[in-house]
Amino acid sequence: MEALIHIAAAAVDPADAKKANAAIGAGFAYGLAAIGPGIGIGYVVGKAIEAMARQPEAAGMVRTTMFLGIAFTEALALIGFVVFILLGL
Amino acid sequence: MSNESVSPMMTRLEGDAPEIQVSLDILKRGILVTPIIVAVCSVFAGMDGAISAVYAIAIVLINFLFAAGLMAVTARISLGLMMGAALFGYLLRLGLIFLAVFLVRDTSWISLGALGGTIIITHLGLLVWELKYISISLTYPGLKPSARKSPTNQR
Repeated sequence: MEALIHIAAAAVDPADAKKANAAIGAGFAYGLAAIGPGIGIGYVVGKAIEAMARQPEAAGMVRTTMFLGIAFTEALALIGFVVFILLGL
Repeated sequence: MSNESVSPMMTRLEGDAPEIQVSLDILKRGILVTPIIVAVCSVFAGMDGAISAVYAIAIVLINFLFAAGLMAVTARISLGLMMGAALFGYLLRLGLIFLAVFLVRDTSWISLGALGGTIIITHLGLLVWELKYISISLTYPGLKPSARKSPTNQR
């Protein structure tokens, strides 16, 4: 264990440490940015399915609205992804 | 309206898929705006920016088409499967977008700024543009607004 600590200390120079921190931050940004839309899409789709099961004659309108809702929610994940590629890919 | 309880697992939706129509509309508009976005990116990032912008627009449009196709196919099987396809499709599409960018990240022609900016702007811009037409015709045919009959448009 002590040897590993020494190796790590020897291997890390400030530039590498900065890169590593940026990569870790970017990974967190992408992961956290994907969680919110995941919850949001689940909620949107769940409610839409409920509406379609109750009222199948309105399914076309509900599906259109659901599709747009999913796409708008997904934009948040894409923003997180873009931050990820700009910071740490 | 029926008060009977309907199982989402057994219910399926026949007929035309509105998602496909919406995504084809988005595709048409995406093709229309591609030259403008490419021109803007080429001003900021040169040829690399232009190529990256085309790649980003292709990612966004294929993402829309893939999402719509997945939902249209699964809706014909069952609503429960459509829900699963929407949720796992989200993960799958994010993974595919990641893969598409990861594969080209070290190529000489890529400009990550132009690629990322184009992905966000194209995705949101096309959605807002589409939303304008969807919201106008959402109540079709009963309450579709008419330009001639509108009281605010009697000039």
